[in-house]
Amino acid sequence: MWEYTDKVKEHFLNPRNAGEVENANAIGEVGSMACGDALKLTLQVDDKGTIEDAKFQTFGCASAIASASALTELLKGKSLEEAEKITNQEIADYLGGLPKEKMHCSVLGRQALEAALSNYRGEPQKEQEGEIVCECFGVTDVEIEKAIRENNLSSVEEVTNYTKAGGGCENCHDTIRELIAKVREEEAPAKRPKLSNIQKMRMIEETLEREIRPSLQQDGGDIELIDVIGNRVLVATRGACAVCKASELTLTHLVEKKLRELVWPELVVEEVKE
Amino acid sequence: MKIIYMDNNATTRVAPEVLEVMRPFLSDLYGNPSSAYTFGGKIARDIREARELVASILGASPEEVIFTSCGSESDNTAIMSALSTGKDKMHIVTSRVEHPAVKVLCNELAKQGYRITEIPVDREGHLDMEQYKESLTPDTAIVSLMWANNETGVIFPVEEAALMARDRGILFHTDAVQAVGKIPIDLQKSAIDMLSISGHKLHAPKGVGVLYVRKGTKFSPFLIGGHQERGRRGGTENTASIIALGKACELAAKRMEEENTRVKALRDRLEKDLLNLVPNSRVNGGGPERLPNTTSISFESIEGESILLLMDEFGICASSGSACTSGSLQPSHVLRAMGVPFTMAHGSVRFSLSVYNTEEEVDFVLDKVPPIIEKLRGFSPFWKPEGQVCASET
Repeated sequence: MWEYTDKVKEHFLNPRNAGEVENANAIGEVGSMACGDALKLTLQVDDKGTIEDAKFQTFGCASAIASASALTELLKGKSLEEAEKITNQEIADYLGGLPKEKMHCSVLGRQALEAALSNYRGEPQKEQEGEIVCECFGVTDVEIEKAIRENNLSSVEEVTNYTKAGGGCENCHDTIRELIAKVREEEAPAKRPKLSNIQKMRMIEETLEREIRPSLQQDGGDIELIDVIGNRVLVATRGACAVCKASELTLTHLVEKKLRELVWPELVVEEVKE
Repeated sequence: MKIIYMDNNATTRVAPEVLEVMRPFLSDLYGNPSSAYTFGGKIARDIREARELVASILGASPEEVIFTSCGSESDNTAIMSALSTGKDKMHIVTSRVEHPAVKVLCNELAKQGYRITEIPVDREGHLDMEQYKESLTPDTAIVSLMWANNETGVIFPVEEAALMARDRGILFHTDAVQAVGKIPIDLQKSAIDMLSISGHKLHAPKGVGVLYVRKGTKFSPFLIGGHQERGRRGGTENTASIIALGKACELAAKRMEEENTRVKALRDRLEKDLLNLVPNSRVNGGGPERLPNTTSISFESIEGESILLLMDEFGICASSGSACTSGSLQPSHVLRAMGVPFTMAHGSVRFSLSVYNTEEEVDFVLDKVPPIIEKLRGFSPFWKPEGQVCASET
């Protein structure tokens, strides 16, 4: 059984604004029966660009219904500019949070809002943007990248929780991993602050743990972080790596490249012989 | 709030008679049945009696009964034993609608290089026997087919399937956790080599199960340790629960007729009246070859978790094959294997009754559920008042 907050339960049991706005001038429909949840949002926007009325119709679980109910409450009385800025996180926050596996319900709300606003502006129904990555749930790379960016996601599991992508046959997990790496790479230079030594060490450790050790271990090798002195990263190799002639190449090429890319561009990896 | 418990395929209440016989073994009679002195050793006699009661409901001999910790352990033991005694055989035959205890194990075995054939089912949930027959090869180590499906109650012709396997020298295992106590079983007359039971599905407590292994079947233990269960399952006996399971089997044998008359009539009424009261609903796997206590009903255009949580407000307990309740994102593998359309699969609710259910409880459910369905359909984008579902969404 899911652990829902009281607010989620309350909005599920007594949904606000269920139904359809008559003479709606902004309509957004997202999701499908096959995906397991769908939301139709209808809005009445007045001449001054204020949302006078908002209603929803939802097919989905308790948290999908509660998220849609919350969204309509958030929207009523807002200007279009303000509405534009409502994120899926705000929908979740309004409800006191959602179980992480159910975050996609709040994303559905945000998508319906976008669809309704673009419908109001008279834009033609958006063609599907990007390529389908997840065949099971029909999720595109554009949608996945957006979710990664907006919610700072870092694992396939998180992407599934937010977008459903990867929740079926799991064939697209590698592609999702690539998209996560891609977004992270894009964001890395702009966001890179000056690192403290402690932050640097922690990031080096994390990068080794996540990006490097698994692939070394697959080949029967391993690597251990010994120390970090300034930009010098001292490591020791283990298992197959320790006796492998190519290990020096592995270190400079794989480890250093990854660490420079993800942590700090001036790092130098040195192997400590014991 | 009174609990209306209609989820007996998930678990059952411990029968008061069962609780009574097990209680002393949780307090005064705490000896180890393997001990030399009377205080412990006499408990071995009680276990022997329980073993006889279990054997009796199966039409088996007591020495063919191995006590385990649960149905999943029994399923795992059976399949792993067949693989380790089956020389180099690398093929397993099972179905698309098995319980995870078999299905997920087979997925893992596939990663280790075993070849798995999952026999499909038709729209009514019946096994494709032609394809089953063709799937049996000299390389097949074991067939594992459930006796009755937990979600729909559909019964597989396992006795016929076991005969086909025996003709080809292949071991046959059946997960019978939903069948035992609900339909008659006579293993003496069958070609089934191994069979799994779970205590908590028939009014014994959780944490005890049985693996039946036919005399003469090559066997390799899963849990290795002491000499308990004649060296076939290590670990000190779960005395109280074993005694309880014996009593539960004795009770189930006595109540089998009630299960197939009164309980079946309750189920039939619940099913028929719900279909009448709620338009655009249908039964999944509603043929005659079905457990007497189970009905899986799909309500079009709405989602199962919402239904369950609204029923929960009235204390009604049932299950759903919808994606949202399972923790995965896809509806139940059983309904998908049966080709139940998405419009229906997400809105499925399984009611599973027991001898403890009453006419009044069925009335209560019939009173509460139709308005719940109506409420949810009232704000479903796929529900049209005239009952037409958008064609593009089906």
